Formats: sequence, structure tokens, C-alpha cells
Amino acid sequence: MRYLPHTQDDIESMLKVTGHASLDDLFAGIPDHLKTKQGIDIPESLSEWELNAHMEQLASLNIACKDYKCFLGAGSYDHYIPAIIPYLISRSEFMTAYTPYQPEVSQGTLQGIYEFQTMITELLGMDIATASHYDCGTALAEACLIALRKNHTDNKIAVSSLVHPSHRQIIQTYIHPAGYEMVEIPYTKEGLTDVVALEKMEGIAGVAVQSPNFFGNIEDLKAFKTTADTKNILFIMSFTEALAYGLLKNPGSLGADLVAGEGQSLGIAKSFGGPGLGLLAGTQKQMRNLPGRLIGKTKDANGADGFVLTLATREQHIRREKASSNICSNNGLNAMTAAMYLATVGKTGIREIALQNHDKAEYLKKSLMNSDFTPAFSTPFFNEFVMKAPDGFEKKRKALIQDKCIFAGMNLEPYYPELKQHYLFCATETISKCDIDHLVKEVQS
Amino acid sequence: MIQQPGTSGLIFNEPMLWEKSRMGRCAMSLPKRDVERKPLEADLTGDEPNLPELSELDVVRHYTRLSQWNFGVDSGMYPLGSCTMKYNPKTNEVQAARQGFAGAHPLSGDEFSQGALKLMYNLEQSLAKITGFQAVTLQPAAGAHGEFCGMLMIHAYHAKKGRQRSKIIIPDTAHGTNPASASLCGYESVNIKSGPDGILEPETVSAVMDEDTAGIMVTNPNTLGLFESNIKEIAEIVHSKGGLVYGDGANMNAIMGIVKPGEIGIDVLHLNLHKTFSTPHGGGGPGSGPVAVGKTLEPFLPVPRVIKAFDTYKFITDSPDTIGRIHTFYGHFGIMVRAYAYILSMGAEGLADASKLAVLNANYVKASLKGILNLPYDKPCMHECVFNDKFQKEYHITTMDMAKRLLDYGFHPPTVYFPLVVDGAFMVEPTETESKENIDQFIQAVKSIALEAKNDPEKLKKAPHLAKLTRLDEVMAARKPCLKG
Repeated sequence: MRYLPHTQDDIESMLKVTGHASLDDLFAGIPDHLKTKQGIDIPESLSEWELNAHMEQLASLNIACKDYKCFLGAGSYDHYIPAIIPYLISRSEFMTAYTPYQPEVSQGTLQGIYEFQTMITELLGMDIATASHYDCGTALAEACLIALRKNHTDNKIAVSSLVHPSHRQIIQTYIHPAGYEMVEIPYTKEGLTDVVALEKMEGIAGVAVQSPNFFGNIEDLKAFKTTADTKNILFIMSFTEALAYGLLKNPGSLGADLVAGEGQSLGIAKSFGGPGLGLLAGTQKQMRNLPGRLIGKTKDANGADGFVLTLATREQHIRREKASSNICSNNGLNAMTAAMYLATVGKTGIREIALQNHDKAEYLKKSLMNSDFTPAFSTPFFNEFVMKAPDGFEKKRKALIQDKCIFAGMNLEPYYPELKQHYLFCATETISKCDIDHLVKEVQS
Repeated sequence: MIQQPGTSGLIFNEPMLWEKSRMGRCAMSLPKRDVERKPLEADLTGDEPNLPELSELDVVRHYTRLSQWNFGVDSGMYPLGSCTMKYNPKTNEVQAARQGFAGAHPLSGDEFSQGALKLMYNLEQSLAKITGFQAVTLQPAAGAHGEFCGMLMIHAYHAKKGRQRSKIIIPDTAHGTNPASASLCGYESVNIKSGPDGILEPETVSAVMDEDTAGIMVTNPNTLGLFESNIKEIAEIVHSKGGLVYGDGANMNAIMGIVKPGEIGIDVLHLNLHKTFSTPHGGGGPGSGPVAVGKTLEPFLPVPRVIKAFDTYKFITDSPDTIGRIHTFYGHFGIMVRAYAYILSMGAEGLADASKLAVLNANYVKASLKGILNLPYDKPCMHECVFNDKFQKEYHITTMDMAKRLLDYGFHPPTVYFPLVVDGAFMVEPTETESKENIDQFIQAVKSIALEAKNDPEKLKKAPHLAKLTRLDEVMAARKPCLKG
């Protein structure tokens, strides 16, 4: 095996030093009755050539060919990834290092993540961003736990019914064992979270709202901030499309206490849903409540600037059962990828990409309206929106995937049973006018 | 005289991204707009985020220089105990980057994602075979997330039995994340000490195990690198009071093909694909922490689950006792591809050889450095061995000083000051992918450092000398946190 360097001579001379008769003898300390009687029943090893063939065969069973057209979002977005990003992130000094416990030889990771934290606070208008979380759903669940722990009288968290359905399920899983409860805030005819319903809720420790919401609509976050302030509870805001904040007013300026977001749009491949990038940010006041790693600036013994992992007293190594969370490994390499992406697009690039996402989505919506689709809402949106489809569309949608590699939206009915024949569409900068015209022609045929 | 890898050479200063920024630069080739501009209402629109403006070469040079300040497994031996820093095969990266995997949308629908589902199914089966369990979930995103998932299942199991329990037993040789994972489920940790041999004694467990205790969290081999040989008796004690045994499989790299945790009384076990199964650590992630369970806990696995019906694969969510969902989609699929490629490349025999050689390497380090560094538990170890700085104390040299000096010799230091049961711990895990020559260099470096401790202690106290920076002020960083530029 090419990963195992030991020659027979090496093994023999090493066993002489350790005083063992054979490799099996190394395990003599394990009582026989605990050893397995059978080997591992898995296929025989493959050469690299055989592996390539097997993996390509599996990969080709997914409809994800190079020129497929993705009008599908819902938490995972098809954005252009500049060539320099996979090139730079593959540098093995980044990829094959571990958590920067030895800062003297980890300044690359440390400065890179410090820059990431800085650019995320800039994107979101928040004071502090952590070094990353697993994904938006898990970051949001942690944010809900912060609100719940802080409040000693109320044990419920109000979550918008337009928060990503998976995220609501994760929150439920995370908070349930500690005896907390999630209540859902209904949505209005405009496809927005019903702030009036929230006002009437009692016993609430915090409120979580997603914007753009699961229908793609932009929420009136200010109204939620006002209600949260009246109730004296934490206001948590989430998003699945990070590029929206190249254009929209940021959560910090609208008064969010905590922000949980998905950063997959920032240069990270969809990769069947993971690994993505959990973003978690807060106001200065929340600094010691935020779970996960933080990188801080300091000096070395010679007075040179440098970076270290800091505020570890919140973490499980030191606080053990009293830690703010159990998170250890995060999604560091994807945080570095996102930093590279933000540095690549820069201030002007992110605005132009965000604008084009919106322009394309508007054009797609208009085009679908000309093909017997009806908009479900007339609320402003970023790059996703809901349409009611004409009869027989589901069959056509599947045929388009199978025959033309076109993913024409996502059926909302499994998530919102009341929305029969409603589809969530998405258009990003990777979709051309020509692609949209082609889609419409196919839908009409 | 062995030539050591550490030397000095030219590296580059590199400012912060925003210090390089010049208005008007952009490193992205922006697409031409081919549809009408449709501005959003002004009151919804914010200012442009103030991101740096750079050219493409600016970005490339920035990150190339940063990378050169890092130490990775590809740079040199990284014997970080408990982290299994083995070689990360490059073919795994090629496999994960295939368009059909990297480009797959998670909500494409089962019928259009058969390759991804089949891969997940096969990987689950392989991990079940390696660990001796009934079923596996791949959803947890990291080891600690897997622990949390396992504890949620134990919690759900007791809830289903009709009486929730309040405590969980955690030995002092368990991983640091264990107590935090348990407390997320509302369990109070009952900490117990291992015996004089560094392993758990059944009497200690039976003294605290009662019907208010949900179970025990055991790391086996434990963080001292020792095999918990009383595990079966301990499991029987816990089971007899209605509790369950959680196994932390972070150290599975020691026992593949030798011991199957599912056969020795453990009810639930998490694995770290980024340790045992060779996926890169990425400077702190993304990892993946699958969880394997026996029959008792299978109904509680998170959803969605992958099933095979004839020759097709599908996700099912209909599972009445499930703990629910713990990841937005299905877990870290890209990491699963890499681990699957590794298992296929190794085969059963290769995996067993990996464990044997990992254990050989650790025992070789232990035998070679015995007498140079103190060995608090001098007994045959598994894949890692734990020393401490007892012999160096008379020169006022600490584990930290030796660790920092190792950097000058060109080695990443071992894990230091963990496990907590050993004062000044120096925990070496060479892994199976390091050759005898590399390990001999490491041994020689430690021997030289031990001599320096005696003859030139100042040199150690001021180490490292060859790294880009010398020791950093962590107290200042925590006292006056500066978390953004």
C-alpha cells in the first residue's frame, strides 16, 4: 500500500526495539475475548486507476453535468467560483494543517481567519464574527440556545415559519433535550413573517427571522427589532444566501443581536449540501456567549504583530461541562475559501454580482409569468421567488431534469402543504438570458 | 549524525488584505449583464460592504505567502496526539472535486442523485463493518457533533423508556468535548478517575452507576493511548442498571481489524473521518463525525436516512423515534467522498495494516524515548504514547519549552498538557504514514532537546528561533480582545 512506508526490514528492526515478537504481539495487552474473530468484510483494495473508474461511474449517476442549468436554490446556490479559489485553497499548508494550537507555525491560518472574521463583520454590519460553524442551521440553533440560556423565566423561542424548514428541524433537535420549546410564527399573504402574531406571543426568550426568507422575500427586520425590544428579548436574524448582503441593508444596521448565516455562496461548491460554511456573528455584548473559535491579534516576544486563538475560556477544553458549546472542529478551510472569495470580488464585485442575481431573477419571474405561471407574492425579493405553476408542470419539471439537465425550481408542497403547485425558483449570475429564454421555451412546449 | 529537517529560509512579509487595497481594482471577471437592470427599492438597499479591492495577482500572492507561514502534514511530521495527523491522499481530493459530486445540488431529488446516495450507503455499510455495528449515520459534521448526536440518541432512548435520567459518567481520560456534549442534553457529568494503570476499573464504575445515570462515555483506546481492557465488564455494569455505553471512536485508528467496538458492549460510537479515514484537517475543519449504533439505538438515528430498495437508493424521513435533524442537508458529503475513496484504496487488509503500523510507530517512539522523557504509565501503548516533563523540571524546563524547540528542528510538536490526568503531558501520535527514518529524526530531535535542557536551557526558553514569529502573548490577546481589523 503506497501510504504505508514500512519495509519488512523496518518492521523487524522496530519490533526489536519495542521488544515484540510480531506486529500481532503489539496487541497482546488486549484480552482475546475482546478481539474480533472476523476480519473486515469490505471489498478488496482498488488501484488508483480502478478507483477513478468507480468514482466517475458513481459521479455520473448524479444529474450534475458541467453545463446543467440550476434554477434551484433553497439553501444551496449555484454561483461562479473563480479559478484562483480552488487553486489557492488546495495549498497543502492550509489543507493539511490542524487547528492553530502552535501559533508560531500557524500564522497563515490565523491571519487568514482573522481577515475572514473582519470581512464577515463588514458584510453583516456586526461587531464580532466567529471563526465559523458547521452550517447556517447549526449556527442558528446555537444562537437560539444563547437567547434561551440568557432568559431565566421564559423557555420558548419564536421562529419564523419562513426560516428554512431544515433549520427549524435542527433548532427543534438542539433545544428539546434541555426542556426548551420552539413556537412558529405564521406567515402572511404577502409571504412575510407575521410580526403582529409575534407581538401577541408570550413567554418568549428570543425571536429568529430569516431574510431573504425561505420564499426569497425580503423581511422588514426593523419591525422585528422593535417588537424584540418591546419584549426585551434577543433578536436573531438568519440567511441562506450570503450574496444578498452585497446589496441589502445589513443585519447589524437593522438591529440584530445575533446573526446566523450560510456562507456556501462565497466560493464554496454545492457538494450535495456539505461541507458548507456556518457564519455566526454578534454584537459586542454577545462576545462571551458566542460558541466556537475566535482569532485575536496580539504581539510576539519581540513585539511583532501576530495572531492567536483567543477567549478559549468559553471553550470545552477549559470549561468542560460549563462550556458555551461543544464545538471543536469547525469549517475552517471553507472560512478561508470564503475569505479568498470576498477578497477576489471586492467591494465593487460583490455589489455587481448581487445586482445581477436580482436582475436575472426579475427577468426569470417576468418570463415565467408569460408562460402561465402566477406569482404567489408581490413582495420584493433577492434571487428567489415563488410561482404557482400551471397544471402538469411537475411531470414536465422531472422530464427537464432527466432529458435536458435543467432544474426548473423546487416543489414547495412537501414543506408547505397549503402551497399546492407552488415552486421556488432561483436565478444567479451563472444563468444567462439565453438560458432563461430556453427554459421558458421548454416549459411552453 | 542525523540531518534534521528544520532550517531557515526566506519567507515574505505580507500585510493585511485591506492594507493592499486600491480603489478600482477587482480580481473577479464579472459577467456581462444581458438583462434589464431592475434596482431594488432604495430603502431596502444598503451601502456596499467595504471589502478590499485587489488585482488577481494581489490575491494569489497574499494567500501564497500566508500559506508559507503554516505547517501542515505535507510539510513535516505532525505527531499531534489524539488528532491522528496522517497523510491525506491527494487522489481523495481529485475524487471529491468531480463535477458529479462537487456540482450536485442537495435538493435535486433522490432519483437524480443516485450516485451520491449510493456512495453514502456504501460508506455507511463499510463503517458498520469496520466497527461491528448495525447502522451508521453520516450526518454529524464533526467529532463533537457526532458526540452530541450520540448523546441525543441516549437521551431519546431514556425518554422513550418513560423515565429520563439526570447524570452521565465521564472518566478523566475521556476527550475534552465529552462533558460539553453531555451537558447539551441536560446531563450532569459524574467524573471518575482511572486506576493506577491508567485504565478504568469496574469497581469505580459500579460505585457510581445507578438508575439515575444515563450511561458512561468511554474513549477506547483512551487518551493515554491505553486500551480499556475492562470495557466488557464495565458495559455489563452499566447495562445492568439500564444505562448505555457511549464510545468515543476518535482513536479508532489503533484497532481497525483488531477490535470491533460493536462486539464489546458499546452501544453507540462516533468516528472522525478526518482522523482515522485520512480526510484533511483543513486548519480546523471541515471534518465529519459519523455515528454507528447497535440494534437498541437504531430507531433513534437522525433523519434523513439512506435506504436501498432493490437497486435504487432513497432518503427516508419517516422514523417515529428519530432524534430529528442535525444538519441542513445530509452532512459533509465532500468529506464522505474522500473517506470512501480512502477505504476503497486501503481495503480490509490495508486498514488492519494501518492500525498495526500506527501502534508499532507509537511503541517505537515510546521505547526509544524512555529514559529521556518521563513515562507516567509505562505499559504497552496503542497508537499514541504520553510522556511528561518530570525529568526536565530540575532545569526549569517545561513541556511547552520542549514543544517550541521542536519547531526549530522542523517538527510539529505533539499535543501538550492533554490529557489532563498527566501533569505536563507530551502526547505523541506518529501515525502509520511516517516512515522509520522520519521517526528516527524525531527521536533524535527530542534527544538533542533533552540535552539542551541540561546544557543550554535558555535556548529552549526562548524557542522557537527559526519560526516566523516567536512566542505570542496569549494573555494580552484574551485581556484586550481585538477580533477584527
